[in-house]
Amino acid sequence: MPEQTRRLSYAEAVNAALRRALEERPETLLFGEDVAAPGGVFGVTKGLRTQFGDRVFDTPISESAILGGAIGAAMFGRRPIAEIMWADFSLVALDQLVNQAANVRYVSRGLLGAPITVRTQQGSAPGACAQHSQSLEAFFAHVPGLRVCMPATHQDAYDLLLSAIWSDDPVIVIENRTLYHAGRQEVRLGGDVPPVGGAAVRRPGSDVTVLTWGAVQQEVLAAAERLSVQGIEAEVLDARWIRPLDLEAVLGSLARTGRLVVVHEAHTIGGVGGEVVAAVAEAGVPLRSAPIRVGAPPVRIPAAPSLAQAVIPSADVIADALTRSVHGTAVPAGRG
Amino acid sequence: MPETATLLDHLESMRRIRFFEEEAARLRAQGDVVGSVHLCNGQEAIYTGACAALDLSRDAVFPTYRGHGWTLACGVPPYPLFAELLGRQSGINGGRGGSAYLTAPEYGMYGENSIVGAGAPIAAGAALAAVHDGSGRVALAAFGDGAMNQGAVHEAMNFAAVRRLPVIFLVENNRYSELTPIAAMVRVDLLFERASAYGMPGARIDGNDPSAVREAVSEAVGRARSGEGPVLLEAMTQRLVGHYVGDAQRYRPAGEIERALADEPIVRLLAVLRAAGVLQDELDAGADRVHAEIAEASKRALADPPAAPTTVLEHLYA
Repeated sequence: MPEQTRRLSYAEAVNAALRRALEERPETLLFGEDVAAPGGVFGVTKGLRTQFGDRVFDTPISESAILGGAIGAAMFGRRPIAEIMWADFSLVALDQLVNQAANVRYVSRGLLGAPITVRTQQGSAPGACAQHSQSLEAFFAHVPGLRVCMPATHQDAYDLLLSAIWSDDPVIVIENRTLYHAGRQEVRLGGDVPPVGGAAVRRPGSDVTVLTWGAVQQEVLAAAERLSVQGIEAEVLDARWIRPLDLEAVLGSLARTGRLVVVHEAHTIGGVGGEVVAAVAEAGVPLRSAPIRVGAPPVRIPAAPSLAQAVIPSADVIADALTRSVHGTAVPAGRG
Repeated sequence: MPETATLLDHLESMRRIRFFEEEAARLRAQGDVVGSVHLCNGQEAIYTGACAALDLSRDAVFPTYRGHGWTLACGVPPYPLFAELLGRQSGINGGRGGSAYLTAPEYGMYGENSIVGAGAPIAAGAALAAVHDGSGRVALAAFGDGAMNQGAVHEAMNFAAVRRLPVIFLVENNRYSELTPIAAMVRVDLLFERASAYGMPGARIDGNDPSAVREAVSEAVGRARSGEGPVLLEAMTQRLVGHYVGDAQRYRPAGEIERALADEPIVRLLAVLRAAGVLQDELDAGADRVHAEIAEASKRALADPPAAPTTVLEHLYA
């Protein structure tokens, strides 16, 4: 597909990637709950049924059938793109991802593969209930055999989804519904499909490395801009891929900054942030201050906006962590 | 009644499975094979009859962890199967699968599954691919009576029915849901009647008669290939052994296995062949031949080296 640039919303960027995959790869199938005739509960798959007919279809509310169906079709050369409407719903069918998809290639010694792409979305948004707001990337990233990415920019919504579909491994693409319709940006369409993996620098800086992923990146960038006024320059690194994690990029940045803060929306305990900190410790990189993890405290995700705000990392909380990382203690704004 | 030659083929297939299982039990008992081993003694007619009805150059079978019989009936030779059970490098999956996760796609065998019922949605997916690739493939999902109470099986049946996918759901009803009688786990006697709830045909068949199984599966294959959608078959049979090697089976009533032995598929088919005039000498010679094949395969596999640890990280990703 020739390169072109268009102003798109994040949802439209996902749609453009799906359209390109369906156009260029006749073996792709797109299915899930309400994705075809209704165009998706968030409008992401609009128009695809009309253009691609039976290759795009609605399924029963049956996550095991959706994921198992994708695996079986993938074993026989199809390239299914299955939508799980909310990441929380994948827990109904975790067997198909963990016990089935992740095993196919390994157990068959490469005679079979399960190149499925699972699109889902997660995270907190005002009013979401406890079963529609969790951040579950650590669940999936724990499993050898799976790939996991979390596009946080409009461009990545397009690029990472194509990388996932083109990959010969099972990939879980975790989008974020708060980004879907939050404004348009320039998105480069067409060109080569990038390979799986690789972090991206969102903001260069020399004082502290902030590794983050997902929609909370917006809060991280806001905090970084605020601290810049006070003379702290944070380097914001977007992991993009949770498995494989680009540890080299983290270590490269740490060699310049010597300070590490990891920010994610998921719970800190047992989370990927802990994995990053451990890997950095094992790498033996000398740090100038103790690494800090910022994430959700160990509590269920509440519905009331006032309660949810107390759980999800805000720019204030992140700025505080960055200040502590650089100065040793939190310094009130204006006195740093 | 099929021709005698066909019946003799069925006999050989069932004996190969039975003798394989007897040898696997021996290997497990003496510790050469480790871990859980689930044998299918008594259920051989289902695999033999069903595989005779399939075109395994394009059709796909998705059995359960009680799947040695399915694998052999698909045509996988005994030697790489013993090697797999024994954890040898020469195993059909290089020691990665073991007894409960045998996979041999080049024979139409798309993987045992140790998660009860999990193969049913995957089989539906194989059938979904067939709808789009024009191969005419039919997928056969086999599972036990216990799996009829798994959500994934319900989802798969409805999904296959609503999309008219070419799937045969084949229940091997051996009357035990692992260690518990299925009768204590469902309110109904006829499991196949659930088919009507999904809008597909269902039938109960004699799972101890390979010809009856072949006939029923052939009809289902024809239906599925011509785009008429899935079928649910309930093959009645009995397990002549425990749920796993070492299962003391104290939960089985006295005399049940003895009665089953009188009705098991090999004994029944031998009686039919004798009645058709096949000489005992010929039948005995056939048994000797298969016994020798199994003994040779086992011996050869035992002599092979264990799976090489240097290969353990291979084939995780493409």
